[in-house]
Amino acid sequence: MQDYQSSLSDTASRKFETFSYLPEMTPEQIRAQIEYIVSKGWNPGIEHTEPENANGHYWYMWKLPMFGETDVDAILKEVEACHAAHPDNHVRLLGFDNFAQSAGAAMVIYRGKTV
Amino acid sequence: MAKTYDAGVKEYRETYWMPDYTPKDTDILACFKVTPQDGVSREEIAAAVAAESSTGTWTTVWTDLLTDLDYYKGRAYAIEDVPGDDTCFYAFVAYPIDLFEEGSVVNVMTSLVGNVFGFKALRALRLEDIRFPIAYVMTCNGPPQGIQMERDILNKYGRPLLGCTIKPKLGLSAKNYGRACYEGLRGGLDFTKDDENVNSQPFMRWRARFDFVMEAIHKAEAETGERKGHYLNVTAPTSDEMMRRAEYAREIGAPIIMHDYITGGWAANTQLAQWCQNNGMLLHIHRAMHAVLDRNPHHGIHFRVLTKILRLSGGDHLHSGTVVGKLEGDREATLGWIDTMRDSYIKEDRSRGLFFDQDWGAMPGVLPVASGGIHVWHMPALVNIFGDDSVLQFGGGTLGHPWGNAAGAAANRVAVEACVEARNTGRELEKEGKDILTAAAKHSPELAAAMETWKEIKFEFDTVDKLDVSHK
Repeated sequence: MQDYQSSLSDTASRKFETFSYLPEMTPEQIRAQIEYIVSKGWNPGIEHTEPENANGHYWYMWKLPMFGETDVDAILKEVEACHAAHPDNHVRLLGFDNFAQSAGAAMVIYRGKTV
Repeated sequence: MAKTYDAGVKEYRETYWMPDYTPKDTDILACFKVTPQDGVSREEIAAAVAAESSTGTWTTVWTDLLTDLDYYKGRAYAIEDVPGDDTCFYAFVAYPIDLFEEGSVVNVMTSLVGNVFGFKALRALRLEDIRFPIAYVMTCNGPPQGIQMERDILNKYGRPLLGCTIKPKLGLSAKNYGRACYEGLRGGLDFTKDDENVNSQPFMRWRARFDFVMEAIHKAEAETGERKGHYLNVTAPTSDEMMRRAEYAREIGAPIIMHDYITGGWAANTQLAQWCQNNGMLLHIHRAMHAVLDRNPHHGIHFRVLTKILRLSGGDHLHSGTVVGKLEGDREATLGWIDTMRDSYIKEDRSRGLFFDQDWGAMPGVLPVASGGIHVWHMPALVNIFGDDSVLQFGGGTLGHPWGNAAGAAANRVAVEACVEARNTGRELEKEGKDILTAAAKHSPELAAAMETWKEIKFEFDTVDKLDVSHK
């Protein structure tokens, strides 16, 4: 039997929703997820936040959602640019589904140091 | 030309059998599976069903002539064979929309499944499907929040939600119960759930349960940084008492409450759903008693009808069956009614048991809840069958983990995320499920232990209520 490692004082216990219970994605895995967003016809978008402010609905938008962008490399470049500008922040990639008026996909690509 | 009054008993078919009638866009349409007594013609019995579920009684009365009965009557407009079963047939009936009070599933069902089900000329009768015209749909309140609002409230996107029903069903004290919730939530569940028969018994009164569970939610949220909920069951002996419990749940900040819509009653459910909409609460719906109504293939009310009733009455989640777990449910038929819960327009599709086109217009959708005898090994199939817009609920499959609830929850959370991740990259979940879970378990000892615990369990009994197909 194993003890479940999680506590208020251990900041490694903090999660950030979809895919946060899996190991950080490799560059190939990230690329595959972006291909999925594009294949669904969703609009890619990037958001980021200081880890201490991760709880709210609104993170900072990185520029505007990339409406109509289907070039995976162009999307990856923006994710990387956001991370370079805010290296300590969580960076989240979204796929906005304008028909469902919701995000069809949302995942933290770069994980900041949780608090 | 005015009619004259002719007392006595007439054949139903003279008035209610109208094979040339073209249903109007505003008519409520119903499909019944009729098993007649011997020696009665199909047309006469179909007409009798139309009559007894609308304006008719057994004899002509003089007051019939004070109104325009030809307008108000139900019309039996078609008869079809049931594939593979010659003991019965389908009868299609159209009802003018003004036979029914606006926004009242209570009124619609009082007519459609009222006296007619006890009619002596019938051996058995089943309401297979209803087409609610958009004109009627628009008079109903529907789900309090809907799928899109629920995702926004809870900040959960791009995956099914994960729940767990707390067990044992009955007998825990409020503090121990809250402990079971807390452990599940901190391990990665989005929701824990009251079992349907947890109301307010002597061993655990509702208010004590609500207080302890809220502490569990708050602590799990602080610990994981994610939003959590617990379906606080407000089903009660009276609707006044139900509302009292709902109001207390709101007061302490609970995001979601729960109701049993069949045993609790549709009037109470509609009242609660409207209150939830006005108070920003999510509403989880359990379906105790449904199998009494929907399991017999020849008599009762099909679950796809009960699904439509709930979407109109109001609820954000509804138990749908799992296809793969311990409870009854044919795969194609289940896909038919989960589309009926979620989509805005559903086409007639006999291969899924859908007898009519159904237009929901702007009415929000309901999240199907897969619950009952499922565990991590079912995860690939569940993600494939239900997709992202669903709640996957593992009771024993969480709490029965050898290391406890938190580990059981983490195992399921890792499994669902691994399946979604793999699906997004184009992998076939039901073929490659074992590889996907095995790879994920390398990073999760909790998942590895769960896979070891449940590797042998299957529920492969034949379905009792199958779709009507000729080769069964």
